[in-house]
Formats: sequence, structure tokens, C-alpha cells
Amino acid sequence: MNAPNKSGWKPVAPVLGELSEDGMHNGPATTTGNRALMLEEPLIFETGHAETTGVDLPEIGAGAPTRLAGFERSEPIGLVGLTEPETVRHYTRLSRQNYGIDLGFFPLGSCTMKHNPRLNEKMARLPGFADIHPLAPQNSVQGALEVIDQLATWLKTLTGMPAVAMSPKAGAHGELCGILAIRAAHTAAGNPREVVLVPESAHGTNPATAAFAGYKVDNIPATPEGRVDVEALKARLGPDVAAVMITNPNTCGLFEKDFRTIADAVHAVGGYVYCDGANFNAIVGRVRPGDLGVDAMHINLHKTFSTPHGGGGPGSGPVVFSEALAPFAPLPYVEKDDAGDYHLVEEEVVGDDHTAFGRMTAFHGQMGMFTRALTYMLSHGADGLKQVAEDAVLNANYILRSLEDILHAPFADSGPCMHEALFGDKDFGGGLSTLDLAKGLIDEGYHPMTVYFPLVVHGAMLVEPTETESKGSIDQFITAFRSLVERAKAGDETLKQAPYFAPRRRLDETAAARKPKLAWTPEE
Amino acid sequence: MRYLPLTDTDRADMLAKCGADSIDDLFVDVPAVAQLDGPIRDLPMHASEMIVERHMKALAGKNLTAENTPFFLGAGAYRHHIPASVDTVIQRGEFLTAYTPYQPEIAQGTLQMLFEFQTQVARLYGCAVANASLYDGSTACWEAVAMATRVTKRNRAVLSGALHPHYAEVVKTMAQFTGDEIADSAPAIQTEPDLEGLTSRIDENTACVVVQYPDILGRISDLSEVADAAHEKGALLVVVNTEPVALGAIKSPGEMGADIVVGEGQALGVGLQFGGPYLGLFAVRDAKHVRQMPGRLCGETTDAEGKRGFVLTLSTREQHIRREKATSNICTNSGLCALAFTTHMTLLGEKGLRQLAAENHRLACLAADRLEKVPGVKLLNNAFFNEFTLMLDGKPAREIVRDLTERGVLGGVSLGRLYPGVEALEHALLVAVTETTTVEDIEVLATELEAVIASDAAHSTAQMEPAQ
Repeated sequence: MNAPNKSGWKPVAPVLGELSEDGMHNGPATTTGNRALMLEEPLIFETGHAETTGVDLPEIGAGAPTRLAGFERSEPIGLVGLTEPETVRHYTRLSRQNYGIDLGFFPLGSCTMKHNPRLNEKMARLPGFADIHPLAPQNSVQGALEVIDQLATWLKTLTGMPAVAMSPKAGAHGELCGILAIRAAHTAAGNPREVVLVPESAHGTNPATAAFAGYKVDNIPATPEGRVDVEALKARLGPDVAAVMITNPNTCGLFEKDFRTIADAVHAVGGYVYCDGANFNAIVGRVRPGDLGVDAMHINLHKTFSTPHGGGGPGSGPVVFSEALAPFAPLPYVEKDDAGDYHLVEEEVVGDDHTAFGRMTAFHGQMGMFTRALTYMLSHGADGLKQVAEDAVLNANYILRSLEDILHAPFADSGPCMHEALFGDKDFGGGLSTLDLAKGLIDEGYHPMTVYFPLVVHGAMLVEPTETESKGSIDQFITAFRSLVERAKAGDETLKQAPYFAPRRRLDETAAARKPKLAWTPEE
Repeated sequence: MRYLPLTDTDRADMLAKCGADSIDDLFVDVPAVAQLDGPIRDLPMHASEMIVERHMKALAGKNLTAENTPFFLGAGAYRHHIPASVDTVIQRGEFLTAYTPYQPEIAQGTLQMLFEFQTQVARLYGCAVANASLYDGSTACWEAVAMATRVTKRNRAVLSGALHPHYAEVVKTMAQFTGDEIADSAPAIQTEPDLEGLTSRIDENTACVVVQYPDILGRISDLSEVADAAHEKGALLVVVNTEPVALGAIKSPGEMGADIVVGEGQALGVGLQFGGPYLGLFAVRDAKHVRQMPGRLCGETTDAEGKRGFVLTLSTREQHIRREKATSNICTNSGLCALAFTTHMTLLGEKGLRQLAAENHRLACLAADRLEKVPGVKLLNNAFFNEFTLMLDGKPAREIVRDLTERGVLGGVSLGRLYPGVEALEHALLVAVTETTTVEDIEVLATELEAVIASDAAHSTAQMEPAQ
């Protein structure tokens, strides 16, 4: 059970064990498989035991009364436990095999990996927010309802939109909320319509959402300059089109300068405009989507408003609505009465003008993310948020202009980029691709940019620095990136094997999918 | 501003590199109609950490926290003690500030954690495979219905009347758009769940039957009976669990024949947080259904040197590859809540989870026995785990809950709040008891409940006197 290391990190001679050119040696293999601070860690199932626990609880008394009606569990569950010191060490060791924003530059395009302020964490953990039940009587949670209302006010004011639904759990859930409101509005008008138009460069969630809501998805091409082809879109508009879903700024990092024209054309045929707000961080505090003709837009609190991504969530995706869609917003929602009391409206009130399309989730949304996002907004204020957008855009343009001489930048002549810069791999030599450059960046100590998205550029590399990087940090990244581009263009074969210095070399994803092993099982 | 590293000199140098005279030159593509002349009005300007903290603490101070009062709320969200090390782990910056593990070579921490999480959830549920989490129990419930329609190529779902009403509402909300037919029923106030009524609604077009276990009234029913009835008609059994601690004491849904098991993982490690973020759990009993599952899956593989490692896998099911043909539109899930859950579960282990479940059940039995003795109170359940239903005399339970709150007791969740307008349910109160409940808390609830019901009875008698 407790062999020195069952994690698969076998004590073998290091790959780069030969003397390198500068005479440095990578050293011999170690008995444990560890290499100083790079510590391997087995699975809990390989070190834990069924009888070990890290929590002190009363022993189960024999003959205690039971009201389980014969449904008592008789078979073992198959879990193992660790004591507290072992648990803390297990997860600490695992954490060190992860790259996070706290560790370094994380320019993952479209994902907005900005610094997560620790004040947000502290505020979310106040017992007055963390230790209250979603179904507590409303007079006992007025402060929580006020947080939701204050955050709603910030979101409406920043977007210039009259209403907001707070309950969606993440961006894609917000998209669904928006499209369902659009469908409900069309249905109320007599016909849900059939088609949602989505640009080729859209996030995958857009077509998936539209399909989930029962719509057929038609793609709209992009122009050579990287924006929605307005003429093609106009030509496709008709009474069957329920909505268009457009990301603005778009996934090529450009502002859709004809957005207002598009919105007017869509409205003219009775359709609605859904804006994917994943990139709102580029314009927050400077541009209000409400001024551009948007009917619905989700806002990723975990992108624009700095709530942590947590290795894949939780997110939070409130959706702002225009006057036309506001009556269809889902339950529940918070209202403030004339006496200043807050109410959580959980059921339709007969006779008012609200006809909610239904309910998105069991409770009221991601409260833990609301407290963090509100803390962030209050910290920055209206002036700070404007500066956030400006610095994010400046950093991205600086990267674009510092790399365009050496790397294919398909839309470099389309005007300034917004919060992210897009490149392609067309000049790489020796069969090298974007993936190889990305893995090379790992060895240089960076998290790679977003790769192979958007689909409209070959070997796409989408670099989003965010506003929380210093110029020094960005300059160093540019230097490292340029050297990698030079190696890739020269066809440097060694890149094909990168990364060399990460906790793992390249992982075999094909084998993982061919014969999926999705849970631990004991060795035969 | 404390989060913005660029200096004015930096900005000037960088603008020069971009060939821009001012920052406005970088926003030239924004149409004039949307250009603002300064910071957005009607919002405050930036504030220091101290000032913001003061503001937030004032808001937090307006809420009655569970730890400061006898507390008996459940109905899909449960208050359990969270070991201190759980929060230490989830605040490690390498976990907290990481992204979805798209670059597995530098995300092995998240990936191995998810692999362990999937294994724990699968074993708890008695299933073969669990995914890496969904948003919460209610959305996982809808995803299960959607998956059942894909697997069976049928479009009708039969929901138990004792499924959490908010979960049922989420399913019905989604179904009205997808065109799936949802056979719903009103919950009946009775000691035993109406399984016959449920199974009689299964027909040849039924994709799945959805049953909660323990159910919204806290009852425990024989799932194998429903499983047999569903399978006989070619339908799947979807079991929903909102209290994972219960599965430390009672048989797993998989063991009883469930095909898809979903649930809310909040009770372990996550905390109440006024309803979110929570943790959707999703598992299938038979691995043959894995390619129809929604959400991320973490799988084992090897690296170029033959070392074991983990990756996200079977992503051809997912939106970023399949776009409109994906099994779900989900992208971000509940990674950090999964870390909290798995850390708590690792601390507990088999032994701890069973002890925790036993302690919950012991205290719940104590509470049920004591509360049943209160005049005007009747216990509905024969069987329960840590939550049961009381039928109260006098005023609707919703008002009794409010009266109890004024007396400093969070006494439970009224079914009147969960089922507004359903008269038959308005005198029912759901009471949840966990290891955090003390014997003194139970005594306070019994005393205050007695006082509230008695004062209501006295008030009613007074009202019967001829008025005016």
C-alpha cells in the first residue's frame, strides 16, 4: 500500500540527463521520484484507509434508535480517509502542480485571468453572508437581499440596461437565460420563431445554448477584417430569425463597430439582439451596451468582476435585459418596497406586468460570487472600472504591436484591438504548430494563451493580458514569446517535445479518450 | 488604484508604442453614440480596502446567521460543520486562481483532485462514473432528464410529486422550450410516498422517472420498486439526492437500480452561502452511458515518459468542440466547490461519513420524539434520515416560521413557502437536524413552537367571540 511512490512517477534517469551545452547537469534519478520541491503525490485511494478519519465524531452506539425503515446501508461505500496532517499535505502537494494567476502571467484569451483581490474572499466569508440559509425567513436576511439589489444596480448602471436577472450560475447558464427570455417574448407575441444567427467566431456555448433552447443555428461569416459580415447578416434576416447572438468585443479581439446598425436591422424584422458579454471587461465603465441596442447580455462576474475561476468554476452569469425582455425575466428576483424593505419574489403575482418564463435554478444565484463582485466594484468605483478597461486594452495593444513584426497577426490592420490580441501560426516551420509554441511557453514559466480559438484563424493564439499585469511583466513575456516564435519559425524540433520542466510531459489525450478510465480502481 | 500596476509613465510609453496619442485612440471603433464623456454617473468613485470592508460588514450585520440561533432549515441546503482545513485548501492560490485545466501538464493538481472527486461521488452514489461537477442539484436534475431523452430517444419525463418543487420548476422551465413532456403531480401529505401512483404514470413513451431520495418530505422510499417498473417500460430511473450525508446511512441509489443519480453536494464542505455557489453531482450506474453525459470528465492517461497523469477527456461531447450538437451548453462548472467537497470527504473517509450520518440521524430521532410531544404537532414520517415533516395546528406554517424567527429561532422551512397557494400543504413544516444541532436547540424549538401554537389557539378563540 505504502510503496515510496505509487503515483506513476517512476525513478528513472532524467530525460535531459546528458550534459547540456553549457556543461550543466540535470542530475541523477532519485529513489523517491521526487526532485526537491517537485513532489509527487499518490491518489488518496493508494494511501488512505477505510478506518482512518480526520474528523472527531462520536462512535456509533450499538442499538441506537433508527427510523430508516430497513434501508440501512449494509455494503461498504468504498471511501478512504486521511488524518488532517495527511489531508493538508495531500492537497498542498497537488496544488503545487497547478499554474494559477497568483503564480504568474496567465494570458488565456477570452477567459480574463485577472488578479483576484483577497478582500473579496474575506468579505464572502463573513458569517452574515456565508452562514445564512437560502430559505431563511426574508426578514432575517435583509442584508443579503440588499447585496443582491446593490449589485443589480451596479450592473444595470454599468450596462445602461433597465433590468437584470441575477440567478444564472455561469456564463453559459446566463446565455440560456437570455435566449429563453427571447423565446418567451416571441411565444407571447404568437410565434417563437425558428432560427438564431451566430457568427463563426462565437464561443461554442452560443450555438450549444441556442440548440438547447430549441432553435436551429445558422452561422454568419466574418469579413476579412475580423468582424461580422453585416451584409451577409442582413441578407439572412427575416421573420424566422428569433435572435442574433454576437460577442462584443468579439473573439478576434475587435470591437464590432457596426453593432448599432446590426441591432437596428435585427429589430426591424422583429428579432432580438443577444450580446455575449464574456468580453465586457474591455469596455466596462467606458461603454454601455444599452447604448448599442442590446436586448440581453450576460455578464461573467468571474471574468469582468474578478471573482476567482477556481480551476473551472464556480462562475456567475447575471443577465441584463432591455425593456422589451424585462417582463420575461425568471424567478426569483429581489424587489425593494416603498418602506425600504427587500422582498424575494418567488412566485408569479397575478395581475402584475411580469410573466417570468420560469426558474433557472433552485435558489437565487451565486451569492458567494455576488459579495465578491460587489466588493470589487466598490473598490474600483466608476473611475477605477473605466481605468480597468483602458489598461486592459492598452496592455493588449502593446502586445499586439510588440509582436506583429514577427508573428502573423491577421487583424493587425483592422484598427486597435480591445482587451486581447489574436495571432496565427502560418509562418511556423518544420511542421511546428501553435500547440508546440504553447508548450514551449510552459517551460518559460507562463500559462499559455488560448489556442485554436477562435476557429476563423489558423492555429489561433488569443493573448489576453488583463489590466493587472505590470509593464515589466508584459515586457518579459514579450521577450520570451519572441524567442519562441523565432524558434518555431526556424522549425526548432525540440519544441515538439515541450514541456520539459512541467510536472508532466505531454499527456496522451487520445489514449485517455479511447479507453476512458474515469474513476480509480484497485490494481489487478 | 491598488489593483492596477501600470504607472502613468508606463501608459505614456505604451501608447507611444501603439502609435496612439491618448487612450481614446484605442477606442476609436466604438460608435459616437456609445462614447461617454467620463466615468459613468450615479456610481461611487473608488474606495480603500477599509472603507469597502466597513460597507460590506454593515450589510452582513443585517442578517441573522445560523450560528447565532437555534437553526433547523434544510429543504435542499444543509448546515454541517466544515473542518477548518477545507477552507485552507480551497484558498491555496494554485487552486483558487487556476482556470479549467486545458493545459494538463501544469494543471495536474486540479485534475488529480477531480479524478479523486469523481471516484468518491461514484462510490457514494453506487455508480460507475461521475462527472467533474455541474452548477447545482437542480440544474443537474434537468441535465439528467435531458440525458435520459437522448439515451431512450423518448421525450416524456415522469416527476415524483415529492421531488423538490424548485427542481421540478427548473425541469418544467427547460422542458417548455425543448418540447419535452413533463408528467408532474402534486405532492400528497401522507406517511409513505405514493409509489404506485408514480409507477402508474410510466408509459411506453417515458424516458425517465425522477424520484428524490430521501424525498422533499424527508421520507425514504424503496427505489428498487420504481426501478423495476421503469425498466419494464424501457425507461430510466433518475434519482435525486439533496443530502449526501444521508448516503452514509442508507443504501445507495445505484444499489437500488437507479440509472442516473444526481444531487446537490453543498452539504459537504461548501456551506450555506444563501443558495450559491453550490455543487451539482452527476453519475451513471452503467459506464456504457458515459458518452451521453453532460459536463467535464477527468480521465487517467500517461505522459510521454510513461508517468501517470490526468486530462479532461471525451470532450467531443462538449460545446467547445461539438457546438450546437453538444450534450449540454455547460462550460464553467463548480470546480472549487468540488475541491471543498472532496477535501471534506477525504477528511471524513468511510468511517467519518458513517459516523457523521449516524450522529445526524440520532439527533433527528431525538428531535422528532421531542417535537411530536408538543401539543398541536404531529409527525408525518414513519421513516426519515435527518429531516422530517411536522403537521401543525392553527395558523399556516409559513406564519409560524415567521413568529418563531421573531422569537430568535429559525425553526424550519414551511411547505407553504415551497408550494405557494397549495392549501393542503400549508400546515406542514420541514425540520432538518444535523450534527450542529444541540439538544438545547431542540428544547428551545419545542418550547417556542408550543408557545406560538398556543398563542395562536388563544388568539383564534378570542376571534370567535362576536366582533364589533
